[in-house]
Amino acid sequence: MLEVNQVYKTFNPGTVNEKRALNGVNLTLKDGDFVTVIGGNGAGKSTLLNLVAGVYTADQGSIVIDGQDVTRLPEHKRAAFIGRVFQDPMMGTAATMQIEENLALAARRGQKRTLRVGINKREREEYRELLKLLDLGLESRLTSKVGLLSGGQRQALTLLMATLKKPKLLLLDEHTAALDPKTAAKVLDTTERMVQKDNLTTLMITHNMKDAIAHGNRLIMMYDGRVVIDIAGEEKRKLTVEQLLAKFGQASGSDEADDKLLLS
Amino acid sequence: MDFLTAFVNSLPGALGQGLIWGIMAIGVYITYRILDVADLTVDGSLATGGAVCALLISLGVSPWVALLAAVLSGMAAGLVTGLLHTACGIPAILSGILTQLALYSLNLRIMAIGDAAKTKATLAVSVDRHGLLVSSRYIRELGLNNPLLLLALLVAAVIGILYWFFGTEQGSALRATGSNPNMARAQGIDTNWSKVLGLVVSNALVALSGALLAQYQGSATIDMGRGAIVIGLAAVIIGEVLLGKVFRNFALKLLSAVTGAAIYYAVITLVLRLGLESTDLKLLTALVVALFLSIPYWKGKYFTKAAAKGGPANA
Repeated sequence: MLEVNQVYKTFNPGTVNEKRALNGVNLTLKDGDFVTVIGGNGAGKSTLLNLVAGVYTADQGSIVIDGQDVTRLPEHKRAAFIGRVFQDPMMGTAATMQIEENLALAARRGQKRTLRVGINKREREEYRELLKLLDLGLESRLTSKVGLLSGGQRQALTLLMATLKKPKLLLLDEHTAALDPKTAAKVLDTTERMVQKDNLTTLMITHNMKDAIAHGNRLIMMYDGRVVIDIAGEEKRKLTVEQLLAKFGQASGSDEADDKLLLS
Repeated sequence: MDFLTAFVNSLPGALGQGLIWGIMAIGVYITYRILDVADLTVDGSLATGGAVCALLISLGVSPWVALLAAVLSGMAAGLVTGLLHTACGIPAILSGILTQLALYSLNLRIMAIGDAAKTKATLAVSVDRHGLLVSSRYIRELGLNNPLLLLALLVAAVIGILYWFFGTEQGSALRATGSNPNMARAQGIDTNWSKVLGLVVSNALVALSGALLAQYQGSATIDMGRGAIVIGLAAVIIGEVLLGKVFRNFALKLLSAVTGAAIYYAVITLVLRLGLESTDLKLLTALVVALFLSIPYWKGKYFTKAAAKGGPANA
């Protein structure tokens, strides 16, 4: 479903702030893969996700989604294939617009925007039913402005928006990191349900090793702009945090990185 | 008593000006409030609308056709600013300033077509020779030729069309672009296209306003748009401060911008009656807008501080 081939990305090349973020990343996701991504700060996790989403373009290499080379496709065109949830709960929704308007915008992802009415009666009923599934009481607040919602509510709504029109690829960029533990658990639970329901191919960055182990069928760890650990299937199911740390020490060839990773 | 009578007598004129500038204020509302871009093109495109309209009318073209041509010229101006911003990566404010500056020369050229000097700072259209749609001459008459009637209809039509448009998929995409461009792109919205479209629509309205103003006052002048952005902002902000709590619906918000423009001109009329020179008006307008823009900031700063002081004690 997703192929990332030999992708390189350097920010601010030729300046004192030069930063090589991705260093020849290779990654292939099969249809229905749910991959969790871990790694310390600056390992290139977010950069990888943003390159796949089209926020940045790759310096070298190619990105293929469902057989189509999207390496040069602008962000808004790639959105036809991709559903995204960001770390910042404010980023995934339009605060000054109503809940139903946000959903209606998401329902038209990948379609041409016409002069037809932006939201119709049938949709409204549909959204009401879908919001019930979130169990946050949003179904009775369809015309409330999204800016009035809490961070957790906004993140759950963003998740619904990202999956409203079934994406070929779901990208989750530490989408529970900014939430309190209880809300984070709830949003993660919703995530799991939505991914299961549509068998979505998913790439989820997380800072939490336990979450990375508990969710998905495959786990990758990034270090220094590369994928250094790739664990799937039975091995992933039996994995513990200690094993993961040991593997990381081996792969990166250093001990100090352990602490960095644990602390982050 | 004389003062009061004079003031009341001048109110219809203020209302006429207010309705015309109200259309301009709606244009500013689209960029400033919906698209979140301060577009300075308007100082130029207002005069362009006036110049194109006055030129065509003086050449014997129907005033309705002239109005349409003025709207098209405004759209072109908005398109240029939009492309400078999106395709050339120039910051929005600077893009607007560049177009505005270029339009100054263009407006002189437009008004001078057929004139020997090749530049002309004023182009008159007479209500006696050309069947103008709106003229300040009939502002106090009771009849169909009173400009207030047509102006009110035009304002209603503009609000109606925009109300429809911003409810469509395309219009919603434009609102999303202004509200959160990251979210808009993630939902597949071409935010560059949205910005260009918003600037085109906005400047179309501003040019329409300029065309009406030229007919209303009987001439297009090169500096008729000077400070227009500030007057537009004043109208938008006055409308929001006075009616923001009451007018929640989108159409009513647009109406509040028009109301803001009418109130602005009523106040201007009043201060002129009180003896202020008309040359002092720009200073006054700038002060009023600066004051009204500062109020939300001060409110936020001092209000939240007070709340924070009380907060921990209760927690």
